[in-house]
Amino acid sequence: MSSQYPTTWRRPPQVLTDRRWRIALQVGLLIYLVLAFGSIDVNWQRVSEGLERGQRFVMGFLQPDFMSRWRDISQGLIESLTMTLTSSVVGVMISVPIGIGAARNLVPRPVYLVCRSIVAVSRSLQEVIVAIFLVAMFGFGPFAGFLTLTFATIGFIAKLLADDIEEIDETQAEAIRATGASWFQLLNYAIQPQVMPRLVGLSLYRLDINFRESAVIGIVGAGGIGATLNTAIDRYEYDSAGAILLIVIAIVMVAEYSSSYLRKFLQ
Amino acid sequence: MLELKSLSKTYRTGDAALTGVSLQVPKGQIIGLIGPSGAGKSTLIRCVNRLVEPSSGEILLGGDNLVTLGRRDLRTQRRRIGMIFQEYSLVERLTVMENVLSGRLGYVPFWRSFLRRFDAVDIQRAYQLLDRVGLLDHANKRADALSGGQRQRVGIARALAQNPELLLVDEPTASLDPKTIRQIMRLLTEICAERNLPAIVNIHDVPLARQFMQRIVGLRAGQVVFDDAPAALSEDALTRIYGAEDWDAMRKSDTEEDESESDTRRDLSEIPA
Amino acid sequence: MSNSSTIPAEWSHRSRVTRLAIWAGWLALVALFVWCWQVMTETTIWAFVWDAPRQAGDIGGRMLPPEWSYLPELMQPLWDTLNIATLGTVGGVVLAVPVSLLAARNTTPSVVVLRPVALFIIVASRSINSLIWALLLVTIIGPGLLAGIIAIALRSIGFVGKLLYEAIEETDPKQIEAIRATGAGPAQVLTYGVVPQVMPALWGISVFRWDINIRESTILGLVGAGGIGLKLNASMAVLAWDQVTVILLLILATVVVSEWISAVIRRAII
Repeated sequence: MSSQYPTTWRRPPQVLTDRRWRIALQVGLLIYLVLAFGSIDVNWQRVSEGLERGQRFVMGFLQPDFMSRWRDISQGLIESLTMTLTSSVVGVMISVPIGIGAARNLVPRPVYLVCRSIVAVSRSLQEVIVAIFLVAMFGFGPFAGFLTLTFATIGFIAKLLADDIEEIDETQAEAIRATGASWFQLLNYAIQPQVMPRLVGLSLYRLDINFRESAVIGIVGAGGIGATLNTAIDRYEYDSAGAILLIVIAIVMVAEYSSSYLRKFLQ
Repeated sequence: MLELKSLSKTYRTGDAALTGVSLQVPKGQIIGLIGPSGAGKSTLIRCVNRLVEPSSGEILLGGDNLVTLGRRDLRTQRRRIGMIFQEYSLVERLTVMENVLSGRLGYVPFWRSFLRRFDAVDIQRAYQLLDRVGLLDHANKRADALSGGQRQRVGIARALAQNPELLLVDEPTASLDPKTIRQIMRLLTEICAERNLPAIVNIHDVPLARQFMQRIVGLRAGQVVFDDAPAALSEDALTRIYGAEDWDAMRKSDTEEDESESDTRRDLSEIPA
Repeated sequence: MSNSSTIPAEWSHRSRVTRLAIWAGWLALVALFVWCWQVMTETTIWAFVWDAPRQAGDIGGRMLPPEWSYLPELMQPLWDTLNIATLGTVGGVVLAVPVSLLAARNTTPSVVVLRPVALFIIVASRSINSLIWALLLVTIIGPGLLAGIIAIALRSIGFVGKLLYEAIEETDPKQIEAIRATGAGPAQVLTYGVVPQVMPALWGISVFRWDINIRESTILGLVGAGGIGLKLNASMAVLAWDQVTVILLLILATVVVSEWISAVIRRAII
C-alpha cells in the first residue's frame, strides 16, 4: 500500500532556484578561493621563527608587566582618556546642529544637502587616515588625536541623530505646529523630547568607541595609549604590551557596563 | 500503557505545580486534561517526556520508569512519545518535509540527519503521513508559508513520524478558528482510533473536551480533583475544578458550536483518509 | 467646581531637587571637560597648531593634480586588500560560530565556566582594533598578507560573536522544545532547532562585517600587513602627495562599492 509514495526526497533550494546560477556561483566561489589563497605569500621559515615570539606574547598576556613601564603607560592612558572625553563633548556639540540640519523634515533642501555631505565626508574617511593628515598639519601628540576623534564623532552622531529625527512621530510635531509655534519652539517641544534619550545613548556609545579608537590613532603619532603600545611592541616588550592591552580591555568593559547602566538609569 | 505514580513538581521559585498526581492511561484511550490556567496541565504533560524534570514520583511507560533515565536512554524513550504543541512549534524556516522527518531524529545518527539523508522507508512514511493529514502537495513548502490549521496538521504528522506509543497534546487548538478546531480534533481522535494510540490532551475548552474525549481528568492547583467519563462532568464537578461560575452561559455557546459542527463534518469528508 | 485658591499659580517643569541635580550634573561635566582640556594640551606646541592652516595649504597644493599614471600599479595591492578582507571575514566567522554557541545562554554547555570565557574572548576581540592586532602579528609572523588576514579574523570574532550569540538567545524556544521532544540528541537539536532560525542573521552579520573589514584592511598596510596601505605608507614616506590623492580616491571608491554590495545582499536576505 505504501509503495505508491516516493522513497527519496531532496531539500529544494531556497534562495537560488535556478540550477545554472547555483552552479555558476559555486564554481565562481571555488575559483576565487583558489586565487585568493594563491595570493598569500607566506614565508614559512619566518613564521616558524615567529612562533617563539608568539609564545612570548601569549606569556606576556598571561603575566603582564604593569610596573617597569608604568610612567609611559599612565602618561598614555591620561592622554587617551582626556582626548576621549574632550573630543566626545566637542564632537557632540558640533554634531547636534549638523544633525538637525541633516534631517529632511526640518530644514530647507540646500541646508539638508550641505549637512548631509559633511556627514558623508566624515563617515567615509578612516580615522587613521584622518589622523595621518592631522598629525602632518598639527604635529605629533594628543591634540591631533583630539581633532581626529572630534571629526569622526561628528559623522557618527549627526548621521544617527538625523535619521532619528526623520523617523519621529509626525503627529506630535504637527500638533505643536498647529499651536502656532515657531521653528525653535517646534524643535524644543516636539523634537527634543522624542530624540533626547537616543542622543544621550549615542553619545555614551561614541565615548566608548572614541576610547577604543584613541588606542589606534596613537600608532600613527596622534598620542595616547596607542603610541605607548606601539613603542612597547617595537621594542619586543610583550609583557608591557600585554599589560596595555589588558588595561584597554578592562576600560572598555567598564565603559560598556557603566554606559548601559547609565542609559537604563536615564530612561 | 502509561502510569503516573504520585508525580510532584516544585519549581525552583518554590511554586508547587503538581502535587501527588497519579494517573493510569490504558491503550487507545484519549484523556482530556482540563483545569484553570496555572493548574499545572502544561507542566504535567511536559513531565511525562521530561521536558520539565519532575521533582518526585514515577512515570512508567510500558513498564520502563522514565524518571531515572540518563540522557541517552531518555532520548530513546522520548521517541516513543509523540508531542503536539499549542502554537504548532514547527521549525518555521524548514520545509514541511523536513519538519515531518524531524520526527525521526531520535532514530537516525547525527550525520545522516545533518545531510538530510533519511532512510527510504522513513521518507515513504513521511509522504504517507502527509497524505493522511491532507498536505501531500505542500511537502516542499516552507512551514511559515502554511495556515494555522495546516501547520497543526504538519505538527501531527511530525509526532506520528516518531511511530509513537503515546501522544501528548498541549492545547492543540488554542490558536485556531472554531471550524479548524473541530477539524483538528476530529483528525486527532480518528488517528488515535486507527492506531489504538493513547493520548493525553490538554484542553481549556470544556464543551470541546466533553465532545471529543473518552475520559476527563480535572486538575486544580496541581491536584487531580476529577477523573471520570465526560458524562459525569456535572456542574458540581466543574465548580470543583474551576471554582464558582455561571455554567449555563457556557452551555448555550455549546449548542451554537454544535450547529457549526455539521458544516465541518462535510469539510472533513473531503480530507482523504 | 474646584476652589481656585487650591490651584497653584506657578508651574515648573521639574521639582526643585531634580533641577538642582541636573544643574550639578552639567556643572560637573563642564568642570571635567575644562580639566581634561588642560591636561591634554599641556604638551601641545601651539606654534605648530597656529601653523596648521599654512601646512594644510601646502599639503593640499602638493596633492593636486593627482598622479593618475600611478593607478595601474595599485591594482595588485587592491586585490590583496580585498583578499585580506574576504578571507579574514571567512576565518573570523568560522571562529566566531563556536564562540557564540558557548556564549549564548540557551546553548552553552556550562554557564559557570565556558560562558564567561567565551564572553571574555568576545570583549577582548572587540576592544582591540584590527590595526593593533596587525601590529602585533607583523612582529610575530612577519609582514605580509597572512598577518593582515589573521588580524582581520581576530577582530571579527568579537563583532560576529556578539551579534550572533544575541541572535541565538532570541531564537524561539518553542521550536527548539519541539525538536527536543522528538528524542533528538544535542547536536540534532542544534542543527534542526537553532541553525535554521539563526541562518539569516548569520549571513546578514557576515556581510555587514565584510563591508567593515574592507575599510579596515585598506589601512593595515601602514604597519606592514599587506594591501593598499603599504603603498599609502610608501608614498607618504617620500612625501609623494599626488600619489596619496590617487590612493585615497581608490580607497574611497572601494569602500563605496563594498557598502553598496553589502546593502544589496542584506536586502536580498531580509
